[in-house]
Amino acid sequence: MLFWLPVVSLWRRELTRFARDRNRLFGAIGQPLVFWLILGSGFEKSFAPSGISGGYLEYIYPGTLLLILLFTAIFSTISVIEDRREGFMQAVLVAPVPRVGLVMGKVLGGGTLAFLESAVFLVFLAFLDIPISIASLGLTLVFLAVLGIALTALGFAIAWRSTSTAGFHAVMSLFLLPMWVLSGAVFPPDGASRWLAWMMAVNPLTYGMAGLRHALYFSTSGANAQLWFCGLISVGFAGATIGAAVWQAWQKK
Amino acid sequence: MHAAIDVQNVSHRFGERVALDGIALQVKVGEMYGLLGPNGGGKTTLFRMLCTLLTPDRGTIRVLGKNAVAEAREVRARIGVVFQQPSLDARLTVLENLRHQGHLYGLKGHALAQRIEEALDMMALADRATDRVEVLSGGLQRRVELCKSLLHRPEVLIFDEPCAGLDPGARRGFWNDLDILRRAWGTTLALTTHFMEEAERCDRIGILDRGRLIAEGTPEALKREVGREVITLEARDPEALRLQIEAAVDRGVQVIDGQVRIACNDGQQLLAELYPRLREDVRAMTVSVPTLEDVFVQRTGHGFHREEA
Repeated sequence: MLFWLPVVSLWRRELTRFARDRNRLFGAIGQPLVFWLILGSGFEKSFAPSGISGGYLEYIYPGTLLLILLFTAIFSTISVIEDRREGFMQAVLVAPVPRVGLVMGKVLGGGTLAFLESAVFLVFLAFLDIPISIASLGLTLVFLAVLGIALTALGFAIAWRSTSTAGFHAVMSLFLLPMWVLSGAVFPPDGASRWLAWMMAVNPLTYGMAGLRHALYFSTSGANAQLWFCGLISVGFAGATIGAAVWQAWQKK
Repeated sequence: MHAAIDVQNVSHRFGERVALDGIALQVKVGEMYGLLGPNGGGKTTLFRMLCTLLTPDRGTIRVLGKNAVAEAREVRARIGVVFQQPSLDARLTVLENLRHQGHLYGLKGHALAQRIEEALDMMALADRATDRVEVLSGGLQRRVELCKSLLHRPEVLIFDEPCAGLDPGARRGFWNDLDILRRAWGTTLALTTHFMEEAERCDRIGILDRGRLIAEGTPEALKREVGREVITLEARDPEALRLQIEAAVDRGVQVIDGQVRIACNDGQQLLAELYPRLREDVRAMTVSVPTLEDVFVQRTGHGFHREEA
């Protein structure tokens, strides 16, 4: 059956478009970098996260990785709105390609970009006091890949419904960014007030964030039950968002 | 042998608005069929159904003998669609766009390269293959769209307003391309349009107004039904003029968009008869052979370019 050929073709299109757009190339990594440096250095001395030896620059580093994933996912799914308004997506819809293939191509494409951008950001590990092993690096990359796909699929599901990029921006600032802030990226759930801690507990991204932290600080000697639990939730989150994206694409307007 | 497109009793609503109301039509294999109608007439709704993007509330649509809803996948594999909006990725080159399109239809490798070469040759685009689409003119982009829809050698090609937004030169070029295509492959073509000149070039047309098929036939036959000539009069008070003419001669007189209109077979003579009696009211008068617009006006009693109420 015709499935992987269109998926690969759509995936390659995402990468080609990205490579030809310098602004996106630097935008998705530059903004989080500035953010990380300013916020991290600003709070460095006045904020002492519990359970982490380093300062705030180190605490917010995994959060910045997640922010890069989120930004890249948003940038690449925003094109869904243009594609739908123009004929590109329509041409895909009238081709004998299952909707799942369309979603997979787009989500794998955006997910790949998110993964690559965040992986590049890992070079800054050199300036941090996090002990890195092959195992921890590998696990971190796995989490980045899973979360990149999950966030791209989430962006896709939202963008498919949006009629304008302005509407998508509204969702981004009212839903996606708070979701990131409330994932433990900026402050740990332990110290948050009760209602906020509760919101963080139901936020699936919280487990992605925690998983990413666990992966970065992974050591074979310690207990890693939490890591596997977070991994499970993250994979489930990715499955759910892909499902939502496919379901959206299935609906006839 | 079955029809290329067979629309049976199709009705559709968007909320309260009736978009299509009991449409039935057939397009024969090898034919060029035009759906003519004003904006909001239901053309685009029907187009979306023909290319399997919209399920009708009632009725059935068969394309090449396959049900456009239940067997959508098979229909999709055998039709080509050209949308009104550009479907090319402007950031990619012509070749990249065509390759991507081929992949969507399961074409790859050498076979795909051959199809692309063939389509580019037919549309005389070979020398632009490595250009990015964004640098091409509107007319050339349109031609690439056509190329793109041909790669999987569709048996039926469906167009939505193929020439909207093109300048006259590019429009002529596009119709020329269609002629080349028909001569080469004999592809069945179905298109929507609100340009009379485009509808004129079709083998057969169906005229849609407010969701209903109000006329169907060859452009010549439809125009013949109107009469040999149409007299159009412009006056300060068209309604008064209409009454005046009706009192003078026993003819069907219509007021359309502020113009008085008489369809007849003896235009010269009738005008000569009317002229001495009416000239004080009349600012301009013309006798012309009927156009498809006259067919529309005759059947509906209102103008083609009327504002939507």
